[in-house]
Amino acid sequence: MRQPAYRTPRIGESTPELRARLHAIWETAPGWRGWLSTVDHKEIGLRYIVTAFILLAVGGVEALVIRLQLAGPDLHLLTPEQYNQFFSTHGMTMIFLYALPILSGFSNYLWPLVLGSRDMAFPRLNAFSYWVYLAASIFLYSGFVIGAGPNDGWFNYVPFAEKDYNPGINEDVYALGMVLLGISTTVGAANFIVTAFKMRAPGMSINRLPILVWGTLTANVANLLVVPAVSLAFFLLWLDRQFGTGFYQPSAGGQPLLWQHLFWIFGHPWVYAIVLPAMGMVSDGLPVFCRRPLVGYSLVALGTVATMILGFGVWVHHMFATGLPALSLSFFSGASIIITFPSAIAVFAWLATIWTGRPVITTAFLFFASMILLFVIGGVSGFMTASVPVDWQLTDTYFVVAHIHYVLIGINVFPVVGATYFWFPKMTGRFLDERLGRWNFWTMFVGFNLGFLPMHLTGLLGMPRRVWTYPEGMGWDTLNLITSIGSFVFAIGVLIFFYNCWKSYRSGAPAGANPWDAPTLEWSIPSPPPPYNFAVIPTLASRHPLWEDRLDESEARSSLDRGMTLDEGKETIITTAMDAEPDRIVEMPEDSYAPLLLTIGLAVLFAGLLVKLWLVAGLGGVGCLAALLLWLWPRQEMRERSPEPRKIGEPAHG
Amino acid sequence: MTRPPLDYLLGSDGVRADATLPLTWFTLAISIIVCVIIAWLLWVGVRRARANGGAAETVGTPLEPEQGRGLSWITIGLAVSAVPLLATLIWTMAALGHVVGPPRRSGMTIDVTGHQWWWEVEYHGANPSDTFATANEIHIPIGTPVVVRLHGGDVIHSFWVPALAGKTDTIPGQQNIAWLQADRPGIYRGQCTEFCGVEHAKMGFEVVAQPANDFEHWREAQLQTAPPPATPQLIHGMQFTTFRCGLCHSIRGTDAASHYGPDLTHLMSRRTIAATTLPNNPGALAGWIQAPQGMKPGTLMPDQHLSGAELNDVLAYVETLK
Repeated sequence: MRQPAYRTPRIGESTPELRARLHAIWETAPGWRGWLSTVDHKEIGLRYIVTAFILLAVGGVEALVIRLQLAGPDLHLLTPEQYNQFFSTHGMTMIFLYALPILSGFSNYLWPLVLGSRDMAFPRLNAFSYWVYLAASIFLYSGFVIGAGPNDGWFNYVPFAEKDYNPGINEDVYALGMVLLGISTTVGAANFIVTAFKMRAPGMSINRLPILVWGTLTANVANLLVVPAVSLAFFLLWLDRQFGTGFYQPSAGGQPLLWQHLFWIFGHPWVYAIVLPAMGMVSDGLPVFCRRPLVGYSLVALGTVATMILGFGVWVHHMFATGLPALSLSFFSGASIIITFPSAIAVFAWLATIWTGRPVITTAFLFFASMILLFVIGGVSGFMTASVPVDWQLTDTYFVVAHIHYVLIGINVFPVVGATYFWFPKMTGRFLDERLGRWNFWTMFVGFNLGFLPMHLTGLLGMPRRVWTYPEGMGWDTLNLITSIGSFVFAIGVLIFFYNCWKSYRSGAPAGANPWDAPTLEWSIPSPPPPYNFAVIPTLASRHPLWEDRLDESEARSSLDRGMTLDEGKETIITTAMDAEPDRIVEMPEDSYAPLLLTIGLAVLFAGLLVKLWLVAGLGGVGCLAALLLWLWPRQEMRERSPEPRKIGEPAHG
Repeated sequence: MTRPPLDYLLGSDGVRADATLPLTWFTLAISIIVCVIIAWLLWVGVRRARANGGAAETVGTPLEPEQGRGLSWITIGLAVSAVPLLATLIWTMAALGHVVGPPRRSGMTIDVTGHQWWWEVEYHGANPSDTFATANEIHIPIGTPVVVRLHGGDVIHSFWVPALAGKTDTIPGQQNIAWLQADRPGIYRGQCTEFCGVEHAKMGFEVVAQPANDFEHWREAQLQTAPPPATPQLIHGMQFTTFRCGLCHSIRGTDAASHYGPDLTHLMSRRTIAATTLPNNPGALAGWIQAPQGMKPGTLMPDQHLSGAELNDVLAYVETLK
């Protein structure tokens, strides 16, 4: 051992020399090499965000085509098969390729900044997670562009997805693509969980985490537990289709309901995974514009976790009509009604924050505040479907379509757009245009409600979902026309948003380090942040380090300008899981091609499996092994050190 | 305003739907009230802020440090929410007890099988010879609980007659039970509501609820086999029909005995064809026989390309299947 197992880190101020030294250490190489090898969480986060927004736009165009087809009775813009591929691809895109990745993008970008760290726990895993997401998106779309997209809805019920009824390549692409995407989600989840518990600045104890971190952490614990279920489901489907294994085929002793259980054990927690981080954005962003801390921080954090725990026990409410025994139905019905309580905590906390604060009405505030109402509308429609007898009428009608859109657009898209207005200055150093922002908000808000509020009634008047057309005289004509008009107004709003991003990125008003006078750590560093995030590792004394003088919650003050410099290499600090006491100095990995190479290996493997060229699949597998070897090759410089000499007799950490 | 055919909000016509309707309205009313209250609180909260001049400033407004003050919102909010939630929970369990199982004393049992994209309906009687099949049109006597055994013929479908009862899936490999009891005579529209492929949209059916006497007449008529053809044209029509249509369909009393498509023995007694896609009249029937792919693209019945003479003979014969 050439180096001792401990080192006492230097404490210093943030000086220009230190910043220059850190910059040289942390900077990603310029040009395409850096672009392909970077492990900087900010770069990866932005890639996630841009990719997810592009897919949002693609999924949105699909939705508009669907709305044209349904604008009136008996229209023939699309053939039934085309319509089925459009609605399935729309669902796949929005739910799997937009809704979670966009949140992963924001969390990737923001977590180290709000936690006071220089990167995520596993930077290369982070890069890998993005590359696999990109590869899976391309993979999943490869079928659609050749006219063989998924055609069984996003939840893909068997036996219709089996080869007997669906002989094309459509479902093979979907099944393998979803397994591939599951790899990205899983490694991302592991990274988030370890980061939340280990990569916090000293003093950021567990009760000082921003709610965004609580939301994303909870969501990713759930993902780690439930993604295996859906990956397994799709893998078994692929085996059924390729080798006739018969897991889901009654003629072979299989069970169609097995699919539904595996899918919804995953699917319902997933719904919470794609809203809890977004609720966290509101919980963190809204109070900034109300000029006061969030009301009921602890309750909101606990409510987040409790929602998820209960969320594991409600999946059967997607299956009330499948003929399960009434006793089991009543358990799941009860759980689905009870889950309203923890979810409602956040609503009352937000309202109280507005009422007891002094709101500053910015575009971000409008998106966050309007989300409260959309959340409640999406919540109460969910509450109606929790009641079994009512659900037997509501399920699989447009009422549920309206519900899922209030959940996904109301509780995901609105907070995400608000979060973009809120954090865009941090990411780019420029404000988004507020005037365009008002247009953006009002077109989106009016268009969305015009489109989707009447859709509840369409469902109550009996229109089944997933129909490519409908006859006259069913009482749905006018309502559908209104929905189609609303969807186009909403699309114009989204277009204004993209235009605003593009325009403001080029010529927006410059924003300083803390343009909103916000309280949390990310606003203590320059906009955009330097590659190393924090020149000195901050030490926290409260939940609102930048508001301490005004809130006066305690005597202690956070130390933001003076702290560990950790400039002897690409280093950051690891702290203990609960109290965030300094634990280890870790050497972070340099930029690496290994994540990209592993992704390419995986993509070749999956492409080989898809077209059943086993040699290609084998080559892909070998490529994966080679990339893993490159990745995992032991390096002396990457070991960890304790920041202080260990006392005799004290057990080693970790 | 007449009720839309698949409506379940403005009225109900069967025992199970009757028990569900008030609960639907109750939860809907709670939902609307909650939304209105929250919207009002939000609106007033933001208006107050504007009155305070909050909107004019972006930064630097003094903070209000007393963090505890808002907590009562959460406690009161949750306490108030608990009342309708618990009421709904109790009512749900009570209503579930009413609608869930078939009553011990049921009048009759029928079998319904969901196929891509039509419904097979089978009736049974005391004797095996009392069994007959029909399609897309279910006749039931009013005031009697009718147990419906649901089977999945190929993929999963869902059986739904909103005016009478909620949905139950038809799943291959398992038998689900639904039951219907109509309060009054009428024709109630049904629909498949689980996505089942290309023509999921056009997989409707009808439930015809009739007084017991009328129902018995209908049942006796359905038990008859097809009448023998009386004229040379009809003989030729029957031969051609059993030869061509018999590959998939059955007509009891003839050689056509395949069960791949709907039973045609009493086709002309039914109100619609192709699972409610078309009204059952000679024009629609001729169009359907010749070019079903144009009317229900993707349906498993192929276009027939019959000559004019062949089509006339087939139509003439089929029109005797009353």
